[in-house]
Amino acid sequence: MITCRSLTKVFGPRAREALALLERGESRAAAQAATGCTIAVRGVDFEVARGELFVIMGLSGSGKSTLLRMLNRLVEPTRGSVLIDGQDVTAMGERELRELRGRRVSMVFQHFALLPHRTVLENVAYPLRLHGSPNQRERAQWALAEVGLGDWGDAYPGELSGGMRQRVGLARALATEADVMLMDEPFSALDPLIRRQVQDLLIGLQAELRKTIVFVTHDLNEAMRLGDRIMMLRDGAVVQCASGSEILASPADEYVADFVADVDRSRVLTAADVMREARITASPGEAPELVLRRLEEAEANGIYVLDQERRIVGVARDDVLAQAIRAGRRELSSELLVDDYATTDPSRPLVELCQLVGRHSVPLAVIDEAGRLLGVVPRAAVLSALAAPEREPSYA
Amino acid sequence: MPRVHIGNGVNDAITWLLNHLPWLFSAISSAMSHLVNWLETGLSYPPVFVMIAIFTVIALLVRGWWFALLSCVGFLLIDSMRLWGDTMLTLAVVLVAAVIAAAVGIPLGIWAARRRSVSAVVRPILDFMQTMPVFLYLIPAVFFFGVGVVPGVVATTIFAVPPAVRLTELGIRQVDPEVVEAAHAFGATPGQVLRGVQLPLALPTIMAGINQVIMLALSMVVVAGLTGAAGLGTDVVRAVTQLDISSGFESGLAVVILAIFLDRVTSGLAQPRHARQRTPGRLALLPAWSRRRSATPPLARAKTTTT
Repeated sequence: MITCRSLTKVFGPRAREALALLERGESRAAAQAATGCTIAVRGVDFEVARGELFVIMGLSGSGKSTLLRMLNRLVEPTRGSVLIDGQDVTAMGERELRELRGRRVSMVFQHFALLPHRTVLENVAYPLRLHGSPNQRERAQWALAEVGLGDWGDAYPGELSGGMRQRVGLARALATEADVMLMDEPFSALDPLIRRQVQDLLIGLQAELRKTIVFVTHDLNEAMRLGDRIMMLRDGAVVQCASGSEILASPADEYVADFVADVDRSRVLTAADVMREARITASPGEAPELVLRRLEEAEANGIYVLDQERRIVGVARDDVLAQAIRAGRRELSSELLVDDYATTDPSRPLVELCQLVGRHSVPLAVIDEAGRLLGVVPRAAVLSALAAPEREPSYA
Repeated sequence: MPRVHIGNGVNDAITWLLNHLPWLFSAISSAMSHLVNWLETGLSYPPVFVMIAIFTVIALLVRGWWFALLSCVGFLLIDSMRLWGDTMLTLAVVLVAAVIAAAVGIPLGIWAARRRSVSAVVRPILDFMQTMPVFLYLIPAVFFFGVGVVPGVVATTIFAVPPAVRLTELGIRQVDPEVVEAAHAFGATPGQVLRGVQLPLALPTIMAGINQVIMLALSMVVVAGLTGAAGLGTDVVRAVTQLDISSGFESGLAVVILAIFLDRVTSGLAQPRHARQRTPGRLALLPAWSRRRSATPPLARAKTTTT
């Protein structure tokens, strides 16, 4: 959907010289010192798939906002190309560019950027009015309802709280029905509780509307929570580009690792990230002696009994098995099974798993929508995932 | 140090203009005197009490009861001092000069806000215009337009242009850059950004500029009495030359009353409309319940949803 090739932005009158120096292999600092230019972004390549929420992440001054603005050319790239839906944005003329901004790429701003002298509804309809689109009122009203502000059309932005204003900003971006949304630290001006609510709103909207979103933030927790993939920027260059759990598991360098240290891992990692293959399972009809021996070998107290589809029928516990053998039972029938187990879907975060693990004779079962066993989460797996990966403290 | 004859140069330039472009000056002259006459006739045609009623209603709409009452008393006082005709003539000159100054100054201010180079050229010219002693504008004005009301209007206009330019430029520069960027991000043309975002958001500052224009015009119009323009200015000049304290005080008082009226009305208009609607006491004509109905429910709703 979006493809960027060697995007570079140099601010300053001697941009060409700075570029030439960079190409000769000079460092960023040396090229900046020699020319007095600011090299905000250099040689960034990335692709965003349709329907993906792609996060650009970095500290202030890392060039992330500049990079975002090059996608719709609010900042003119010094070099490199941007393709949206196969069309070269960098080659567009004024008219085409306005069409693109008005209909296909919308934007959400850090401080909301609403017009204070217009009502909420007029603000949401503003991009539509600019382009003389049909059904402006209906579309604006729909967008407002999507963000839960359907009754607020006649209010002025000054009467709303910060969280509500940003929801208006979101509605304005939705109203254009653009496929691509650029979001520039949209939630960082909000206090933490409200921020979480608006993040939830965005997650809900994204599940429903499947926009292609490029989201800039400096908050890694937010990045991990929202992003399908995260691109880490430092001094205008890409340091790492991967999914949240990949970055957590193997940060590319010290810079990323420092970021990761602050992340609340229990909210980022999910059951799927920590689950293991079930080492032992049984099937209905097996002899209780065999199953008990398997339990002994694995030093476990219980075992999942699965049907041919790998759906969980129940749990065979060692004490129940021993009784059954004494009673001369020949096969593992359903009355010998107990439902002494808990299940979860793979996307649940660890923070919610903590209370489920360790209560039963079998580890927590991870199942898909059809009820099939994907893997298990023993208590030790949760605990080891919550502990940060071992590394030397960086303050040494 | 040899003597540099700058003054002679300016003199020659003005003589040259007079000899080569007389038609231009007579055209301006007749346009302006028509404009002032027309406005002055309009202002003095209705009976005095009708005009006072109109002024009072304007004061009521913009400010409220208290100011309306004061305005009414003030204008009645002007009439009782037998200065009504002169006051209306002065008002006509001020309004014409202010409209011309705004018509020149606001576009220039917009231009200066959009281009640094224009701003760099305009700024020193404005400084020059504002610090030059005001009487001096009267000399070329008299040369070009003779004696009477027109040189007064021209000198007043020149003197009143700078705040319109400065405050328009300032107002546009002060508009939140993120809001301007948002307009661009949704594909607005530069003209749409100007009309839909920059001018409306700069409006309070621009109106403050208009307020300054009118106040400067009023202070200049008295000075312009020296050119023989009828009005309060000539009354003041006559009082000064005859050392007549009583008539000097009365005509000065009339200027003050007119000044306060114009200042409060224009600064009242400078309040942004969406803010004005929601501060009680401004639109006092509306019954209290209708104002409250428009202002309170959203705020009450805000409380319930955010907690």
